Amino acid sequence: MPIEILMPALSPTMTEGTIARWLKSEGDKVEPGDVIAEIETDKATMEVEAVDEGRLGRILVPGGSENIKVNTPIGLLLGEGEDESALQSAGTGNGQAAPARAEAPKPEPTPPPTPSPAAAPAEPKRDEPAEPEIPAGTEMVKQTVREALRDAMAEELRRDDRVFLMGEEVAEYEGAYKVTQGLLAEFGAKRIIDTPITEYGFAGVGVGAAMAGLRPIVEFMTWNFAMQAIDHIINSAAKTLYMAGGELGSPIVFRGPNGAASRVGAQHSQEYSSWYGHCPGLKVVSPYSAADAKGLLKAAVRDANPVVFLENEMIYGHSFEIPKIDDFVLPIGKAKVVREGTDVTITAFSAMVARALEAADALAEEGIAAEVIDLRTIRPLDTATVVRSVTKTNRLVSVEEGWPRFGMGSELAAVMMEDAFDYLDAPVTRVTGADVPMPYAANLEQLTLPQAKAVVEAAKAVCYRS
Amino acid sequence: MASETTSRSTRGTGKGTARRGRSSKPQLPDAETLFTYYRDMLMLRRFEEKAGQLYGMGLIGGFCHLYIGQEAVAVGIQHALSDGDTVITGYRDHGHMLATGMDPKRVMAELTGRIDGYSKGKGGSMHMFARDKGFFGGHGIVGAPAPLGTGLAFAHKYREDGGVTICYFGDGAANQGQVYESFNMAALWKLPIVFVIENNRYGMGTSQARASAGQHLYERGQAYGIPGEEVDGMDVLAVRSAADTAVAHARANGPTILEALTYRYRGHSMSDPAKYRTKEEVQEIREQRDPIEQLKKTMVEAELSDEDQLKAVDKEIRGVVNEAASFAQDSPEPDAKELWTDVLIEA
Repeated sequence: MPIEILMPALSPTMTEGTIARWLKSEGDKVEPGDVIAEIETDKATMEVEAVDEGRLGRILVPGGSENIKVNTPIGLLLGEGEDESALQSAGTGNGQAAPARAEAPKPEPTPPPTPSPAAAPAEPKRDEPAEPEIPAGTEMVKQTVREALRDAMAEELRRDDRVFLMGEEVAEYEGAYKVTQGLLAEFGAKRIIDTPITEYGFAGVGVGAAMAGLRPIVEFMTWNFAMQAIDHIINSAAKTLYMAGGELGSPIVFRGPNGAASRVGAQHSQEYSSWYGHCPGLKVVSPYSAADAKGLLKAAVRDANPVVFLENEMIYGHSFEIPKIDDFVLPIGKAKVVREGTDVTITAFSAMVARALEAADALAEEGIAAEVIDLRTIRPLDTATVVRSVTKTNRLVSVEEGWPRFGMGSELAAVMMEDAFDYLDAPVTRVTGADVPMPYAANLEQLTLPQAKAVVEAAKAVCYRS
Repeated sequence: MASETTSRSTRGTGKGTARRGRSSKPQLPDAETLFTYYRDMLMLRRFEEKAGQLYGMGLIGGFCHLYIGQEAVAVGIQHALSDGDTVITGYRDHGHMLATGMDPKRVMAELTGRIDGYSKGKGGSMHMFARDKGFFGGHGIVGAPAPLGTGLAFAHKYREDGGVTICYFGDGAANQGQVYESFNMAALWKLPIVFVIENNRYGMGTSQARASAGQHLYERGQAYGIPGEEVDGMDVLAVRSAADTAVAHARANGPTILEALTYRYRGHSMSDPAKYRTKEEVQEIREQRDPIEQLKKTMVEAELSDEDQLKAVDKEIRGVVNEAASFAQDSPEPDAKELWTDVLIEA
């Protein structure tokens, strides 16, 4: 039986094309790889190579024909031992499919399957993680965020020998911000690794090691420099599990200080939560207190997924009470009500939680009871806790250090529209960093960063008390 | 054997030695070994021809970068590896996958975007992984395999498991900054990795001469003390021989670079009309340097095989490939529920 030569698809978007000309005539011998025709696609003129060996028995669609649909039979190829008589039984070129040669893939004159228009299944609902109970009578110890982060890493390094830490100045220098003090001494140079100043490269090395089954913690001296590495954070770490159909993941933690420090200018003062919060395949954590920093970093190291852990230099030295528990691990994806109130909900994360609490104190003096929620995790965002609060207070003020456009406040405003619309008594209000690159001048920097006063004003406005 | 790189000269000494040119050793391997190379290369060739055909039928979508012409590289290198070694590559990856022993049926089913594909149809041509074969992708970003591969090698060293990583990338990727960050760290930490630069002369439509200052990519590690060698990538015996040396060096001492001079017969991807090179150039290489034809000639001339045996294996491979093609068309598309799976590993 002659083999049908079908109009080929020659680009990802081609559905039809023009047969510019045939380079073989009826009767010509054809070897695999021979160019038999030229076809114009939507992008270029392409040469069509023969796949099978034989003799061109008949040209069904002559040169110059336009708008020929992909998979239309355009010629017939006679196989070994076949002569022209075989053409009689073959397709006529009117789209009728000839029986396929036994070993050939079934020619389908119909277009390839288009994606089914069936409605996409709904996104599965996330189970709300439970906050672990701290047993009554647990001793509390004072610790800085810096110490809590170090202890979290040290505990996980002791617990699992697959865990290692790499980054600039993490070992001998003991951390540019002294977060990794003592780790080299305890764990040695094999597991606490100073890297060259090559974020793109060492982020990729970390992801490769994670793919191989290790549990890297990659420290960025600050998240600003991770922009060089974002390709590996997103393309290599966040997307691989999905692209691999679950075959291969990247259990890795990327951590370091995020957001503005003090007077370090625009290139060292960016806040990245909405950048990483945007991307599926990542978990994104940004704690405030030392206890949360410890419990969540331990959880991040144990997580089977890539976790972006956004710290803040300005609170490294702040002290908090930490429960003295052997293995204190907190769930990623759970916000925390850090101050209860009934009149307005204020959400914040990282250093901005301090601003929100400061504002709540000021509001209390004016008779407004603000409920303050520390979001703690950016992705997956614990919207349930915020919605529960807003059903009570009917008002939401979102506080973040980052830029206003497409930020956490924008996201929370959308969540309120979707999940709490009927409970809102006032528009959701955003308090954010100013929409400018961070200025150096002290006064301008202060004007850029959200201050407690702005939070107070926003809260009063939504309470119609301004 | 037709090879344009028969001369052998040595540049540099000691660490960072870069060598040009290695051709087949005069001593031929035994008939069985030669036949295995032949079969493996033919499998890659026939598989890719079939993939091109299915693409033409609209059964494979998107980007599809065929390996036709470069078979000697993946096959020659793979035979130098041991159990536990790891392989990573870029987007022209079907050949490397098959060489590691991945199932042609499941590779083809991934190309057609079906549930039985290696990534359940969610990865496509550029994104397949098989940990049991030591194959870590399949990466679509040019140059990305360099640091990721360096990370795989880091893990070999960290675990002290004796494994080596083969990290493939092309002449185009060889100009990426992350490649040099990787060279630096691999050399600094003496990681067991062979960077195999498959130089097929064109990064998409730009010839190497127009993209690379300095034409010898195997010399690119010299500043880091990484030894490099150039090998005729159209000669599977030369590749195997060079790979043995490179892999042994990597296992014992640290990174090496192997630049395989090769050629792709097809365009960069299926939609590339390849107008940036002459037909004569392609034709000349196909006729004079084809890796499969060269090996065939060697085997027949040395009376280590004959036309009948080689025809029989071609028939057998066509059977395997056709079976893969049928499997890839019969396998269903992923269930709509798969849309939401594999985004995160649930605790």
